[in-house]
This record gives sequence, C-alpha cells and structure tokens, in this order.
Amino acid sequence: MSTQKGREITISVLKFNPRSAVSKPHYVDYKLEETSGMTLFIALNYIRENLDPDLSFDFVCRAGICGSCGMVVNGKPTLACRTLIANYPEGKLTLLPMPAFELIKDLSVNTGKWMDGMSKRVESWVHSDHEVDISKLEDRIDPEVANDTFELDRCIECGICVASCGTMLMRPNFVGPVGLNRVARFEIDPHDKRTADDYYELIGDDDGIFGCMSLMACEDHCPKHLPLQNKIAYLRRKLVALR
Amino acid sequence: MKINYCDALVIGGGLAGLRAAVAAQKKGLSTIVLSLVPVKRSHSAAAQGGMQASLGNSKMSEGDNEDLHFADTVKGSDWGCDQEVARMFVTTAPKAIRELASWGVPWSRVKAGPHNAVINAKKTTITEEEDRHGLITSRDFGGTKKWRTCYTADATGHTMLFGVANEALKHDVDIRDRKEALSIIHEDGRCYGAVVRDLITGELEAYVSKGTCIATGGYGRVFKQTTNAVICEGTGAAIALETGIAALSNMEAVQFHPTPIVPSGILLTEGCRGDGGVLRDVDGHRFMPDYEPEKKELASRDVVSRRMIEHIRNGKGVPSPYGYHVWLDISILGREHIERNLRDVQEICQIFNGIDPADEGPKGWAPVLPMQHYSMGGIRTKPTGESSRLAGLFACGEAACWDMHGFNRLGGNSVSETVVAGMIIGNYFADYCLENDVTIPTKTVQKFVDAQDAYLDQILAYNGKEDIFKIKNRMKEIMDEKVGIFRDGPHLEAAVEELKELLQKTKHISVKSKERVGNPELEEAYRVPRMLKVALCVAKGARDRTESRGAHYREDYLKRDDANWLKRTLCTWANPDDIEPTLEYAPLDIMKMEMPPAFRGYGAKGMIIENELSAKRQEEVDSIREKMEADGKDRYEIQDTLMPFELPMNYKDKNERAGDK
Ligand SMILES: Cc1cc2nc3c(=O)[nH]c(=O)nc-3n(C[C@H](O)[C@H](O)[C@H](O)COP(=O)(O)OP(=O)(O)OC[C@H]3O[C@@H](n4cnc5c(N)ncnc54)[C@H](O)[C@@H]3O)c2cc1C
Ligand code: SF4
Ligand code: FES
Repeated sequence: MSTQKGREITISVLKFNPRSAVSKPHYVDYKLEETSGMTLFIALNYIRENLDPDLSFDFVCRAGICGSCGMVVNGKPTLACRTLIANYPEGKLTLLPMPAFELIKDLSVNTGKWMDGMSKRVESWVHSDHEVDISKLEDRIDPEVANDTFELDRCIECGICVASCGTMLMRPNFVGPVGLNRVARFEIDPHDKRTADDYYELIGDDDGIFGCMSLMACEDHCPKHLPLQNKIAYLRRKLVALR
Repeated sequence: MKINYCDALVIGGGLAGLRAAVAAQKKGLSTIVLSLVPVKRSHSAAAQGGMQASLGNSKMSEGDNEDLHFADTVKGSDWGCDQEVARMFVTTAPKAIRELASWGVPWSRVKAGPHNAVINAKKTTITEEEDRHGLITSRDFGGTKKWRTCYTADATGHTMLFGVANEALKHDVDIRDRKEALSIIHEDGRCYGAVVRDLITGELEAYVSKGTCIATGGYGRVFKQTTNAVICEGTGAAIALETGIAALSNMEAVQFHPTPIVPSGILLTEGCRGDGGVLRDVDGHRFMPDYEPEKKELASRDVVSRRMIEHIRNGKGVPSPYGYHVWLDISILGREHIERNLRDVQEICQIFNGIDPADEGPKGWAPVLPMQHYSMGGIRTKPTGESSRLAGLFACGEAACWDMHGFNRLGGNSVSETVVAGMIIGNYFADYCLENDVTIPTKTVQKFVDAQDAYLDQILAYNGKEDIFKIKNRMKEIMDEKVGIFRDGPHLEAAVEELKELLQKTKHISVKSKERVGNPELEEAYRVPRMLKVALCVAKGARDRTESRGAHYREDYLKRDDANWLKRTLCTWANPDDIEPTLEYAPLDIMKMEMPPAFRGYGAKGMIIENELSAKRQEEVDSIREKMEADGKDRYEIQDTLMPFELPMNYKDKNERAGDK
C-alpha cells in the first residue's frame, strides 16, 4: 500500500428513514482520508464500517453493470460505484437519494419496483404466436439488426434518466425515457410481431411518447450512452404518422 | 404471523432461479421468486463473456457437437464432475440458447464473408460461409476444442438476465424483491418453504410451499479479493446447511479467474483472451507460451491462474502499491474490435484505472491478478436437482453442486448451466410440486418464525466488545491468505482454527442501533455467522483433501489422486451449536463413466496417481464403441449404451445443426 497520506475529503449525506416516527431529513458530514482510486463505493463502505453503521445505500456489482447505485452526486444523478473521488477537486461531495422514486432510507430508493411497473406497462417481452421448436435451427437474424437491438438492450434500468427527467417531475405517470427506449428496442427486434398500432396503444399519449419535452438530460446522464433522444424522436414521428 | 402460501417457492432471482420459476409457472403452479435485490440486478447481470452451446454455426466452431462439449467439460472438471449430469447439460444447452433467442436475447450473429481475428497473437482472416449468415455466432474460450461460446458483445449475462426476467413477467411469475430468506422450514425430512425477512420493513414472514428451490448463487464474498457482486455471500447455501440435514458438496472447489483488474477486482472477461488478448510480464514478455506451449493463454482457468502466480514468484511480476501483478494486453485486437465487442471492458479500464486498453503498447495494458471467481461447490443435489437428503428442497445454478463442473468450471459453462438447470431442474421441481401437498401444521411454521424472531432479538441484545465488520474482514483475509490458489496443510489448519474462533466471536459483538428496520449492521450480524459456516466448509474440505484436482491445488500434495480421492466431499452442520462442519465422502463410480479418468491435456503431465479401474473401464468403453461402430450404430446409440441418461420434456431430442448431412 502507498504510504503517502491522502487529502481529507468530506462526504455530506442526506439521511432520512421514512419508516421511523422520529427521523427527520438531515445532512450528516463524514470526513475521511482519500485513498488512491477511491470510488464512492469504497468511501461509503468505509463510512459504514468505521463511522456510521446505520447508513443505508445500495450496491451490487460495484462495476457499473447492474444499475443499483444511482444517486445524486453534487446535483447530478449518476452511478456511485463509477464515481471517482479524485474527479472532485474541491474534496466535498454532497449525496442525495434519486428523486422520482420511493425512498427506502438515506440513499436507498426503490428503483426496482418502478422498473417492474414500467416493464409490465410496455409489455417488455417478445410478443409472438409462432411456436418455436428449440431442437431446430434458430431463426436467422441479420447481424446488423441483432446488433442494433443489442445497442438498446444495454439499458441497465438504473433510473438515472428518470431522475434526470423534467417531464417526470410534472407527470408522475410518465413512462420515462427508459420505457420509451424499451419500446424502441422491441420495435427493432424481428422476434417481436407487434405493430406500430400496438405500440400506439401502449404509449400513444402524454404519459408516453407525446409527454417528452426534449430537454435531453436523460441522454446526457445515461451511463450506458443510449441514444435516447434519437429513439424517442423516431418513435414520435412513427406514431404521429398513425393518427 | 404472516404466511404466504404458494405451490412453488424459488429463493433467488438470478438466471437459474428465474428460469426455474418460468418452468414451474408454465405448469400451472403459483410460483413466487424471492430476491435480495431487484432480480435484474442479480449477479448474473455481470457475466460478460458468454454462454457455451455446441451450435457449430461459425467457421471456427464447424463440426462442434454434444460429444465435444461433453469431453471438454469432463476434462475441465479434472474428472471431478458427475458425467451423467454433464451429458444432460450438453444435450440441453443448444436448446437453451435457441429458446433464449426466441425470447429476444440479441445474440451476436454470423456475418457471411471475411472478418479479421487475432489467433495466437497473429492477425488472421476467417471467412464465414453464406449459408450460415444470420445464425448465432460464437467466440473462443479457455479449455474448449471449438469456438463454442455464444455472446452478446461483452454483456451476455445482462441480456440473458433481462430476457429471462421479462419472460417471467410475461408469465406472471410473482417476483418479490428485497426479501431475504433466513431459514428453511422443514419437518420429518421434508422442506416446506422458508422464513423470510422483508429488507424494507424488517418484517418476518413465512413462505409455505409444496416445494422450494434455492438458486441463491455463489459464495465469493467470503474471500477478500473476488470478482463477485457484493451480494454473493452464500447465505442461501448456509441456510440449507443449517437445516442439519441437507449437505453442501465440494466446497473446497473454488475457482480463481486469471484476469480481474487490480485493485478493484472487477473482471475483465475471458473473452479478452478468447478474442486474442495476451498476458505480459514486467519485461513486456508474453510468458504463457513458455509454460503452456499448446493452449497458452487459453488453458483452463485454474492452470492459467497458477502459471501467473508462478511467474510472479519467479520474479517477473510488476510491482505496484497493491502488490505484484501482470499485464493483460488486448490492444493487439485493434480499436475497432474493442469498441464493438469489448466495450464494457474498455469502460471498466477507463473509469476505474484511467487506461484505454485500445491504446497500443504498454499504455493500453491493464494490470491483472487472479482472484476468487466461482463456486463449484454448493448444495448437493441428485441429477433431478433435489437434495439427496431433504425431500422437497431443490437447488440450481451456482448455489448448487449439481456437479457438472467438478473441480474446475470452464468459462461460458456457468451461465449456460443456469438456464439449462433452470429448464431441467425447473421441470423436475415443478413435477414435485404437482405431486405433493403441503401437510405441515401452522404451529410448526410458527416455531420456525419464532426462532428467527428470537435470534434477531438476541443479536440486538449482545453486549460484547467485538465488531462484526472487523470479524467479516478478518474472515476474508484468512480465506485469501490461507485458502487461496496455492494451499498447504499447515495454512489450511490455521485457517480452520481461526475461522472457528471468529464464529465464536460473532456472539460477542454489540450492534449500535437497536432498530429492527433499516439497520445495515444488524444485517451483517446475522449474515456473517452464516458466511463463516460456509468459509469453514471450504477451509476444512480443503484441509482434508490431500491431493490436487482442478482448482484445488495442494503444494504438499501435487498429484491428482484418483486412487484415493475420486470422490465428492459432503459437509453437514449436525448441531446448531457445532463450530465446524462434519465431513463425509461419496465415491464417483468409474465403471459407470463414459470417459474414465485420464490426462486433461494441459498443465503438467505425469501428475496423476491412477486408479486401476480407469484402464479397465477404458477397455470396456473401447470395445463397446468398436463393436457398435462395426454394427453401424450412430453416436447417439453408442452414447446411450455407454452411459444412459434421462431428461424431462423433449430435451433429449437431437439438436439440429446447419452442418448436418
Ligand atoms: C464478473 C463475472 C463474470 C462472469 N462471466 C461469466 C461468463 O461470461 N460466462 C459464464 O458462463 N459465467 C460467467 N460468470 C459466472 C456466472 O455469471 C454466475 O455463475 C451465474 O450468473 C450465477 O447465476 P445464479 O442464477 O446461480 O445466481 P445469481 O445470479 O448470483 O443470483 C442469485 C440470486 O439469489 C438472490 N439471493 C441470494 N441470497 C439470498 C437470500 N438469502 N434470500 C433471498 N434471495 C437471495 C439474489 O438476490 C439473486 O437474485 C461470471 C461471473 C462473474 C463474477
Ligand atoms: S436508459 Fe440509460 S439512464 Fe435510463 S435506465 Fe437505462 S441505462 Fe439507466
Ligand atoms: S453497483 Fe452496479 S452499477 Fe453501481
């Protein structure tokens, strides 16, 4: 281990337990020494193990792959596990739970419940009445089309686009960029036999494709760099043409 | 007391649990899946490289079939696997991948015409046939004869998990996340569900079911340096162990992966080497050909990991603040390939280490070091997936020792196992739930809930000096230092002794907040003792197994000892107050094997203490094969005579291949 002493940093966290009768939202400052390559995953675990065993947060993969650890860092929704402390030269980080989701406690929010609702709402599965015999050759899919589907399938349901979305603040029923992306994904996938009319049924209103105000924060913040605006614009043109 | 009744209870919502749940739900059973986290965040999401299935579509996989996949799997296991299960697996894997394709997993496809590849550090052109265009393609992985690993760039686990989870939603499987199973409800040798804690409200509930399937993944987090997600703590296996009836098997068989990045331990997929990446030492020298001239970087994982450490011990490691490491060089694959097929790898290197692996020369090399990666051991099951001792308890996926990986798993065989086991075991599990009723009295259920309730109160009342986080961290250090890649008797003995002390210390802690809700320290306090029990099974199993087999490597017993150790370790926890597991052994029957033990084809030669039955069985196999071939029998008929096996549904149907005559 390096013997060089790291700088002192301050991590300020909004703590609140909505399930406790006495808890009120309040900031707690934690001071700790930065180590080389320190991420928020490392820092928050250090805090829990040494300074405050009561602090709640969510990590699973700690590698930017699973989408568990979205939180608002100095005003910007982001994945905490990929956040390097070194990128904050002032040495102070303020952490808030992501808005738009039900708060569980401190930095932990219920993105999973929201995403399940979204998946059911846009029927996020292949629709087909074609019986597949899995002992026989698979259907051929053009490699480019498979790749285009994959590009949109990379969404990790982290909710950062939802937490970044202006429409979301005004319309809690908005399906969110993530939901529209999901529709775009199945629209490309040749396995899914739904028509544009079917998609219109799902998202052809102001809680769906016509709610988006094109503020672009979703795409700016998406950790997987999904082309959200492009896809939303494409769907909108396609569905507008129907009516 | 709140009791939730269902027909089929699945604990764990990774690939294995969700696929098993779909099987149960499709048979008309009311099925509930429990998970610590939203199921799409399960550890399965992190699998990058791919899934093995012998489709034989692409040029480099031409001629692949079940027999080759079987042989690679058995060799990979260092003959520690159950060959019947390996056969069940390889026969179903092509069906599993085709099913996933129809569920929308966007597998990378064959593109007709020439494409560039790097093979053995040389640029090569491969030309794909026109008639394969659009079929599922595959890449190279360690220990396989053909390019058999199917993939979606380097996010295979993610796309598979979303595909299966969405299918579960489609079939209305009742998925409940942030629910943690704390103990198994059982009576008279039969399992009836679990006591479960809601991780949001802190409430204890009972889930009572006709059958229960544990699919809680591996136990990598008992080690300090691991590629595993933070929820891979092995508590699912631990609660099976705590029944005192169900057994854990081969827990000493722990896989170390050659290329996690230093220091975070985030994995850089085996696909890096599969696609042509190489390992380099402090001088920039590619050293693997010196040790493994034939398979080089693509020998099986246990072999490559040991060679890396050996090379570092020979003074060729790269010094760093985190100790010695070697380099992984994928820049030779070219920027275009990396940005298309290894994008997550590139992002991980950039974000966590500030390196762009597509940069040519030493600038793009990533520091790597072998770390814990996969748990071959787990809940011992029969080929149907049911515990051999506790009726109605099934297990599948990494949590299980269904035993197709033996003592070393091949890359790409695990996500493949999860969905294949989900199909096969899921069906046997569903049949069990159809044929059996819940007969347990509510009073008994209450007893199990009360026990957990009292246990939580007891923890909150502890008033000792120990700190649960320190105990946990010490356990991890012991496992790394004394139960790691290279093992020996004295270190293992010390590990067992110290782990026992740590287990006793868990009763001398105190938990600062006395809340039952939203109290992470309380959660540690009940999880760590369970993790320590799992760790003790690993350490004690390793201490007593005086041979080297697959990933289990004893420096004081260098040979694979088929004469004495061709057997499975079984661990039970006989009494709740015990501080170590009880070990027993179950022999593998050579005379029933389709492929009797022999040399694996990589690693050092002549390191086997042979079992005389091997030669005898080989003769038998050869003569059956010769005779049947002379009689014009096909490979399926011969296989069936050598080692018959069964499968549910139509999973035994022949797999069609584009190359079929
Ligand atoms: C970084 C990485 C890369 C990998 N890449 C590959 C690859 O390319 N190819 C390959 O074949 N394999 C790969 N593997 C291995 C493979 O990903 C895993 O073995 C496999 O995904 C395990 O799936 P599973 O369904 O058994 O368990 P998991 O996906 O681990 O799921 C476990 C589930 O159990 C739940 N759970 C756990 N404990 C409890 C409890 N007490 N109560 C309730 N729920 C509980 C969790 O919430 C989770 O839903 C990789 C592994 C790692 C670490
Ligand atoms: S679209 Fe991007 S930001 Fe939104 S949930 Fe998916 S990965 Fe996260
Ligand atoms: S913990 Fe998985 S994305 Fe951050």
